[in-house]
Amino acid sequence: MVDVETVEHDVLVIGAGGAGLRAAIEAAGSGISVGLVCKSLLGKAHTVMAEGGMAAAMANVDERDSWKTHFADTMRGGYYLNNWRMAQIHAQQAPDRVRELEAWGAVFDRTAAGKIMQRNFGGHAHPRLAHVGDRTGLEMIRTLQDHGVHQGIDVHMEFTITCLLKDGDRIAGAFGYSRELGKFILFKAKAVVMATGGIGRAYKITSNSWEYTGDGQTIAYDVGADLIDMEFVQFHPTGMVWPPSVKGILVTEGVRGEGGILKNSNGERFMFGDIPDNYKSSTADTPQEGWRYVTKTDKDARRPPELLTRDHVARCIRREVREGRGSPHGGVFLDIAWIKEKIQNSEEHIKKKLPSMYHQFKELAGIDITKEPMEVGPTTHYTMGGIRVDGETQMTAVPGLFAAGECAAGLHGANRLGGNSLSDLVVFGKLAGEYAAAFAKEHGSVSVNDDDVNQAGKDALAPLDSSSATEAGGAYQVQYDLQDLMQEKVGIVRIEEELLEAIDSIKELKKRAATVSAPGNRQYNPGWHTAIDLRNLLTVSEAVARSATMRKESRGAHTREDFPDKDDSYSEFNHVVRKGPDGEMLVIREAISELPPELIQIIEDHK
Amino acid sequence: MANVTFKIWRGDKQAGDFQEYQTDVSEGMVVLDAVHRIQADHANDLACRWNCKAGKCGSCSAEVNGTPKLMCMTRLSDLDLNEAITIEPMRAFPLIKDLVTDVSHNYRVKQKIKPFQPRKPDNEDGSWNMQQQDVERVQEFRKCIECFLCQDVCHVLRDHHKHEDFIGPRFFVYTAALEMHPLDEADRLEDLKETQGVGYCNITKCCTKVCPENITITDNAIIPLKERVVDEYYDPIKKIVKTLFSIGKPKNKS
Repeated sequence: MVDVETVEHDVLVIGAGGAGLRAAIEAAGSGISVGLVCKSLLGKAHTVMAEGGMAAAMANVDERDSWKTHFADTMRGGYYLNNWRMAQIHAQQAPDRVRELEAWGAVFDRTAAGKIMQRNFGGHAHPRLAHVGDRTGLEMIRTLQDHGVHQGIDVHMEFTITCLLKDGDRIAGAFGYSRELGKFILFKAKAVVMATGGIGRAYKITSNSWEYTGDGQTIAYDVGADLIDMEFVQFHPTGMVWPPSVKGILVTEGVRGEGGILKNSNGERFMFGDIPDNYKSSTADTPQEGWRYVTKTDKDARRPPELLTRDHVARCIRREVREGRGSPHGGVFLDIAWIKEKIQNSEEHIKKKLPSMYHQFKELAGIDITKEPMEVGPTTHYTMGGIRVDGETQMTAVPGLFAAGECAAGLHGANRLGGNSLSDLVVFGKLAGEYAAAFAKEHGSVSVNDDDVNQAGKDALAPLDSSSATEAGGAYQVQYDLQDLMQEKVGIVRIEEELLEAIDSIKELKKRAATVSAPGNRQYNPGWHTAIDLRNLLTVSEAVARSATMRKESRGAHTREDFPDKDDSYSEFNHVVRKGPDGEMLVIREAISELPPELIQIIEDHK
Repeated sequence: MANVTFKIWRGDKQAGDFQEYQTDVSEGMVVLDAVHRIQADHANDLACRWNCKAGKCGSCSAEVNGTPKLMCMTRLSDLDLNEAITIEPMRAFPLIKDLVTDVSHNYRVKQKIKPFQPRKPDNEDGSWNMQQQDVERVQEFRKCIECFLCQDVCHVLRDHHKHEDFIGPRFFVYTAALEMHPLDEADRLEDLKETQGVGYCNITKCCTKVCPENITITDNAIIPLKERVVDEYYDPIKKIVKTLFSIGKPKNKS
């Protein structure tokens, strides 16, 4: 028997970003025992990096906004592959979740009337993003953290969960290790909420930190949960491209929301040249109209093409670079400094509205964004796909296992609108916590099989046993090779042949990963941790590549060079990834449930 | 591309030492990039914390050439690369391993500070009205990324080890954000005076100098809190008035 400490909770929440914290707060509110597992220190999860804001139709800036418009925008942005019930709930409940954050101490920027300020963002018809400068994620996570620590939640910092455990069909808990000492811990729980975030570390150029290795998606898949929409990985159009060491770090869409424009090396505002048909009627014809929209001085003005959806803007930037119109370091120019032609005190205005962008470029690239343009290019940012959940309860196919936030899927369909992630976290974090607590109350205690625990321990320790190691470069080298592979062959633009090559290469990488060894001992050993995370990265990478080969069309964030057009026959289903009886990965097509007539009407009304 | 020597602290609670590593550095690299390169090429088990690599999460705090810094925001081009660059863990906290320290003290301290307690909402939908100019002061404090560099540099903690009697600059900033929050109604002055040691700070501004978010910790947070405590407990006229009328503790909000 491996040496393991056992901790029991009614509800265990894995992941402590916005979704995990909100779920834990909700579950703890019903008076049961709640454990919250953080892979890093509390308050450091990826939510902290979110910049632009949180979408909620509060109509503080434009009174025409409503949940219906937000719902229609989200569905259109997702190319109608979204779980419509989630899109509806999200649009309806987001304003309450914003107000709740204020009640817990968040200090949003204000309108002249003293209400919560809202800003423009891509794909949103009205200014909708509640924000604090460009550090909204920090405000959200700190508010939830500072409120959460007074709710009686047991916080387990710097623990990594390596697998989930079941009692028959039901979820029974999770197994993991402490980073500090490498000691094993067994969490027994009646209900488990996955809130582990994304898979961005599968790619070389990414805005994601080391934590985003697809842990939640993989371990849920391993115990029988479905993954859906895995082919849809969002490449944010604007990441830093220079200097090389900061390549991929996010440049908020808020820059464009505040009037920033995209230009190629010829000085052309190239976004005006390529506007998709379904956005033509809502996009500005001239730069002047775009400026009136940005400054909210003309309610009939339409948004500038820089504020089209992220998938489209990313593709346009890639095209400019490929066709030789890029910036010196392989991106395009994003210019906010130009607004000095339009407003006085533009320098102060930019520093006020985009303080962390100013700081980031000044410190890391030596560029003053109030005076000169930035160089930007696409960066892996978010995964629309993830664990399939019930639209209302957030429960997965495994009884007692719930999921919320980025690791769950459904809300965003084929492409996520900026600002819909922060609201997703708190809307569905709350629901997952609520239903997980209810499940825990309705069901009796669980027991965990000793053999499962022993096996989990053996699997976790394997990389530390160097006797069978054949992989010379260690876990880091395998991870780098995977990142190169995914970037090259499963990136922004895909083609059948390369996707199939990628699937074969992933098989080889799996073999190498199985034999990596980590030098050193169990105490705070990043080499060992990377070796364990690698298994998850490989699983989600395979899921992305396999789903991508199945979708022989271009839609949202998934672009196929060999199938450049949207194919309507693909709008009827989602791709579901499921573990087969012999452990093989299956990708199945499942029909999307029909929208009720009143929601169809809302979509029609907003076309 | 230049080859640079790094002296990195390796060790745990029992023992430790600086170890030398050479690695190539290229344009634009920050200290954290060099640490990652060394970790991948020479020392897979070198422990360090990091997350965002963009100065937003406050995880990669360390002492670079003796100065508390975020490794992700310290560009190598700003250092003298002809000399070996030393990287060591924060010294005000117990060591766990290599560059990782036990910062749990900070989480315990925060837990003890009275949480946000808003007045009744102004509007039926549960919202409040606040002007931008009234929240700006608090927004400065809420920029804090909890890197704990201010705690690391503060001599009351670092040299005098007053961890049990003094909450440190980070938590004066946190308390100031609550005390100056336009909606908050709790009173933290007695705690500041009695158990949180606001008097220990002798405003040398070391914390302000190391803050990567450029929060004016001493002038905007600590000094106003000190003034409020003085007004509340040491103002002789107020004392007489209070004794005469036994009016209880007036709220000292602004």
